Amino acid sequence: MTSADDRAAQEFAEVVASHRTQIFRFLLASTRDVDLAETLTQDCFLKAHRNWSSFRGDSSAMTWLMRIAINLQKDHWRNRRMQFWRHARTNSVDLDEASDWLPSGERSAEHKMLAREKVAHVWRAVEGLSERQRTVFLLRFVDEMELKEIAQSTGLSEGTVKAHLSRALGRVRAELGKSDETKG
Amino acid sequence: MRQKDEFSESAESRAKWDAMGLEEQESELRESLSHFKASVDAWSEAMISRPRTAREVIVRRSWRVAAGWTLGCALLAGTISGGVYEQRQKQEQARVAAVREAEHQRQLAAERAREEEDLLAKVDSDISRQVPDAMEPLASLMAEDDSK
Repeated sequence: MTSADDRAAQEFAEVVASHRTQIFRFLLASTRDVDLAETLTQDCFLKAHRNWSSFRGDSSAMTWLMRIAINLQKDHWRNRRMQFWRHARTNSVDLDEASDWLPSGERSAEHKMLAREKVAHVWRAVEGLSERQRTVFLLRFVDEMELKEIAQSTGLSEGTVKAHLSRALGRVRAELGKSDETKG
Repeated sequence: MRQKDEFSESAESRAKWDAMGLEEQESELRESLSHFKASVDAWSEAMISRPRTAREVIVRRSWRVAAGWTLGCALLAGTISGGVYEQRQKQEQARVAAVREAEHQRQLAAERAREEEDLLAKVDSDISRQVPDAMEPLASLMAEDDSK
């Protein structure tokens, strides 16, 4: 192996170490399936490794990797639709189970319960979003990416990203409004 | 796992939400989104640092698939062999019934033939009985003609 190859391998190892968590988090939130998120994360880095030499650095490594992850996820759902008879079952956890995850803060049980309820409402709103709206929403509010980065990752214009975000937030507002009505 | 309180809103996070275009008055929405992010972070961190059980899962799944296939094959074989057995039973029953029917028909025919024979014998005996007294002169005349 030459020193240039060594350097490239070293660089790629650093990229994996610094972005693996973020890619996995996005895929986990998108699919709510731990096994699938792990598989897609591995596929993402495998694909990135194969094409690492062609990465020119026009965008950040993060947006490049996220673009690969989004495409892999799209391919996966497309294949699932085509092969529905082979995969009748899904391993996605339900919304209540996903809402059970809360950070180990020092708040009271009541606060935690309220937080869990709010998380469940957001999950319900996310469930109702279109694939594109969900992707944009999760990139913004879970991965905290800038609009420009989201546009680069998704291949959409910034204006379209804003429009999708606005609609997604509208759904979340409506879901939270519904919960207030039921409480009232 | 993070030890700090994820629910508190710092000046930094307030600025972040402002940058995200959420109005100050939408505190409930901001809070909900903040909890949502914290929840996904906690879930993701827990899952990414868990011990890998992929091999076990695959083995368990393959066992499940193998068991499913075995059960399916057994059911299919049972259904097919049951069908074949039933078909054979039906054929055997039909053959026995046909033999019985033929035997019955043969017995009926024999019975009928016997009855006909009895009837003919009865008719013969009836015809061959002696002529009545009133017909006796006529009978003797017929006997004389025969002797001539």
